[in-house]
Amino acid sequence: MKKTAIVGVMLALGTAAVVPALHGQAGNGSSGGNGVVSLRGNVAIDETSRPPDLKRWQRDRRPLPRQHVGQPPLIPHSIKGYKINLKFNKCLTCHSWANADEAGAPKVSVTHFKDREGNVLANIAPRRYFCTQCHVPQVDAPPLVENTFEPLRTIHPGR
Amino acid sequence: MSQARDGDGGGMVARVRSWLRRPCGRWSLGTVLGGGFVAGIVFWGGFNTAMEATNTEEFCISCHEMREFVYQEYKDTIHYSNRTGVRATCPDCHVPKEWIYKFVRKIQATNELFHKVMGSISTREKFEAKRLELARHVWDSMKKTDSRECRNCHEFESMDFTEQQRRAVRQHIKGLEGGKTCIDCHKGIAHSLPDLREVDASATAG
Ligand code: HEC
Ligand code: HEC
Ligand code: HEC
Ligand code: HEC
Ligand code: HEC
Ligand code: HEC
Repeated sequence: MKKTAIVGVMLALGTAAVVPALHGQAGNGSSGGNGVVSLRGNVAIDETSRPPDLKRWQRDRRPLPRQHVGQPPLIPHSIKGYKINLKFNKCLTCHSWANADEAGAPKVSVTHFKDREGNVLANIAPRRYFCTQCHVPQVDAPPLVENTFEPLRTIHPGR
Repeated sequence: MSQARDGDGGGMVARVRSWLRRPCGRWSLGTVLGGGFVAGIVFWGGFNTAMEATNTEEFCISCHEMREFVYQEYKDTIHYSNRTGVRATCPDCHVPKEWIYKFVRKIQATNELFHKVMGSISTREKFEAKRLELARHVWDSMKKTDSRECRNCHEFESMDFTEQQRRAVRQHIKGLEGGKTCIDCHKGIAHSLPDLREVDASATAG
């Protein structure tokens, strides 16, 4: 008996906590009766929702300052059509040590040659081969979630 | 004087006329020449028509080798679909515009027919195995012509560097003035690249 009561209270508290959160997430989308809104907004199932505007990739620009030590730098240029597969890696046609000078691009750093035991290999380490796992280009979009992150003053020139 | 010349001229015309009337087998030479001329037009027209008919994308991708491998990749690229809707088709990049070069390319293309029959790239595996060799043929010929087919559409002189992106401007100024040509830097612009291990191991895994 006691156990069920506790579970009941927990469920009630839980729902109380979750419902406002859902309302918060729904943001501008008007919510249905129970506060749950699908990603397509509050649009009847037989109607077509208005798709959000496409975000545009930013044009090429100078490298962006890093926010903290060990951050993979953001990609300051377009990567449209750049493929990475088992036969070749388009990024490395400019960023490998052999090609960087000619391409006027920064070379990958030594960490990219190390396997996870710390052995230095003769070519890019397999765990660093798929560049876009860590390095990403940017679109101009407001942050999805508010945050109070401050970059390190010792490495970031500030805004 | 003028009389004599007139006479000469008349004799000349008459002589040519009789020469043309001279029977050549069953027909006069004139008929043969005239007929030849007409046949020439017909043949030339037909030849050009054949050249044009084989100069379309539909023709190129009528072979599954072209359609299932290179064409599919090309559909993902800027020369197939872009902001302005101007498309570069297979012949735009692979068949020269001036007829003499075009003619030479068409003769070379009969080699493709031979390989079609031989089935040398009839499967994905065979194609991938031969891909580097094929790409090299294209790279070499573009290098020789200073990327002529690219320049049919993209003229270096007409490029406004101030409108180009940061990386492009820098490389174009440095590269083109340093004697490089489009294909030196723009490999893989319309298709996926072949395995680069032999060409540039630093851009491959392993
Ligand atoms: C055509 C040559 C080229 C290719 C291909 C290329 N890059 Fe770059 N990249 C550059 C150049 C040049 C810069 C420096 C930009 C500048 O200074 O204007 C750069 C800058 C960068 C930076 C910033 C480095 C820093 O210190 O801030 C990263 C990260 C990067 N590229 C990653 C990539 C990745 C990942 C790919 C493949 C998806 C790629 N690049 C493909 C030429 C290239
Ligand atoms: C596992 C994550 C990861 C992957 C995968 C990765 N990088 Fe990095 N990269 C980093 C980090 C972290 C840094 C910054 C610290 C450092 O140099 O190690 C960095 C730095 C760089 C820099 C700047 C080097 C410098 O000297 O400032 C370049 C250029 C770069 N990476 C390019 C690439 C390219 C090209 C690839 C694909 C071949 C790649 N990275 C794959 C994490 C990664
Ligand atoms: C009859 C089928 C067929 C048609 C039609 C065809 N191709 Fe091919 N193509 C082939 C085959 C087979 C090969 C492989 C040749 C080899 O193995 O050496 C090839 C190779 C190529 C190559 C590599 C060139 C080289 O020098 O090695 C290019 C480029 C090419 N084709 C472009 C085209 C274009 C452009 C068209 C349309 C004008 C076209 N093809 C029409 C069958 C065809
Ligand atoms: C039939 C005309 C034509 C031919 C031939 C042609 N191109 Fe293009 N190219 C275009 C068009 C159109 C665009 C897209 C312009 C746009 O809307 O951004 C383009 C875009 C490009 C781009 C920009 C890529 C990007 O991502 O922004 C490059 C690089 C390029 N072409 C290189 C080449 C090279 C190299 C060749 C020769 C192998 C070539 N082109 C042959 C018409 C052509
Ligand atoms: C020295 C190397 C080099 C040479 C030579 C070169 N390019 Fe480029 N080009 C680049 C780089 C690097 C970029 C920018 C990165 C990318 O698109 O891969 C670029 C970008 C472009 C663009 C897109 C420009 C933009 O701002 O969006 C076009 C179009 C283009 N090149 C056409 C050509 C043509 C046509 C030729 C031959 C007349 C040529 N390029 C020769 C390196 C070169
Ligand atoms: C914008 C120019 C351009 C267009 C359009 C184009 N190609 Fe290519 N093609 C090239 C270049 C450059 C190469 C050399 C290899 C490379 O850099 O990718 C090539 C290589 C090839 C090869 C040799 C195999 C390979 O992948 O390297 C074949 C086959 C081929 N093209 C057929 C076609 C066919 C078929 C079409 C039309 C569906 C077509 N190409 C459209 C520029 C073009």
